[in-house]
Amino acid sequence: MEGWDRARWAEVSAVESLGEGLPERRPGCGSLTLDPLRAEQLLVRAKAGSLASRRVTLTALEDDVDAFDARGWGDGLPVVPPTEARVLRMLEGTDRAPDEIVADVPPDLTPATVEKVAINAVLAGCRPEYLPVVLAAVEAACTDAFNMHGLLATTWFAGPMVVVSGPIAGDISMNDGMGAMGQGNRANATIGRALNLVVRNVGGGRPGGVDRATLGNPGKYTFCFAETPPPDDDWPNQATEIGAEPGASAVTVVAAEGVRGIIDQLSRTPESLARSFAEVLATVAHPKLAIAFDASLVISPEHLRVFRDAGWTKARLREELATLLTLDGADLVRGARDIAEGMPEAFCGGTLPKFRDGGLTIFQAGGGAGMFSAVVGGWAAGDMGSAPVTLPVRTTGKDST
Amino acid sequence: MSSATPMPGERTVLDPTGERSEATRELSDRPASLDGLTVGLLDISKARGDVFLDRVEAAFTERGIATRRYRKPTFTKPAPSDLRAEIARECGAVVEALAD
Repeated sequence: MEGWDRARWAEVSAVESLGEGLPERRPGCGSLTLDPLRAEQLLVRAKAGSLASRRVTLTALEDDVDAFDARGWGDGLPVVPPTEARVLRMLEGTDRAPDEIVADVPPDLTPATVEKVAINAVLAGCRPEYLPVVLAAVEAACTDAFNMHGLLATTWFAGPMVVVSGPIAGDISMNDGMGAMGQGNRANATIGRALNLVVRNVGGGRPGGVDRATLGNPGKYTFCFAETPPPDDDWPNQATEIGAEPGASAVTVVAAEGVRGIIDQLSRTPESLARSFAEVLATVAHPKLAIAFDASLVISPEHLRVFRDAGWTKARLREELATLLTLDGADLVRGARDIAEGMPEAFCGGTLPKFRDGGLTIFQAGGGAGMFSAVVGGWAAGDMGSAPVTLPVRTTGKDST
Repeated sequence: MSSATPMPGERTVLDPTGERSEATRELSDRPASLDGLTVGLLDISKARGDVFLDRVEAAFTERGIATRRYRKPTFTKPAPSDLRAEIARECGAVVEALAD
């Protein structure tokens, strides 16, 4: 029953004189349980007992930001305090039980419950509807294939890059367009951050602790964007190539260091543009190292158009890049080109592929203007280090209201 | 917690960590002597780890202490659990060559 209706309330309560002095009708909620000022109190009263995490009391003299920083529970930027109300609201983003284990999080291999992930999603600034994406990202990052432990412990730059594909990206207003890899979109910013906070707080992986990066990179705060939906089957999303159902919502995690731009404003043929891509890709990690490191290529719409207008499929581009990136061992061997770094002599008798099979991920993203694409170097390839992992996003079946 | 009356200005938040004990981890007891023990020499597959362990091995041999060599498949991942069990079974102490 919505609002106040004297006759109906009198009927329900069987009290004839109910609400004397009140008007016959008044709009609003008769029970006040949905009153915005009370809903939160009622939520905490009803459900806070279901939360298992240790309670921490911050005193009146502690600043929220300082309190978390002092306990080592942040990434250097201010975090949102995970009050019971905020965590309970976050958990409304999933229908998974709060005590369900999502993954054993490296390096300590601490089991992360849905509740712990939700707490860190609050810290990161997520909205509840992002939680299913964060849960999938945590699960994917904690697989043996992705090897989050090694990626954290390496002295190399890389950290986890999170790419979201399928309808969930649009549903939560992620950015796959202009500035997709940059700042300014809450979902992009906070989903990537939440994953890194889970690794830090639940897994115990901290810079200077198990994280031994010589220099690191700013993407280790957060590195997350959405893949532009594929124009057709000729250019499938990377998630689909790894194994996601076509058109389904999925999260892909990839080891990633910094973003390097490729400028090519003059190529009007796919052959020429593919050569530009290959020249830059050949420099990943070091121009004289092959097979050892994976990489990602992020193709912008204006570059994609060059391939599509000429009838090249994504598979064709992959083949052509593989050919262009078959390198002469004599150029790579240690000492060649007067550079000590390079491949051991035993590998350099013939040719070598720059990337192992499956070692080059190709995403589509970016704004409509700019003949620029991006190379993102990875880390030690596949079984040697980390392989890209895609998992489906399990959204809730319940009504969002 | 919820039954206690909060002091003015107090806020309750949830611990975002794995809630592992804050106590520092205790080191395993060190053997008082290497007499009669086999010392494992673990190469983690980092460049020149073998060079370092060759020297360590020579130093132990000179002192009449038995050694066994082990090698992790890759330094990027924790040692496989069967390798860890093998070392624990066969050795009384271990020297690990960590860096290159």
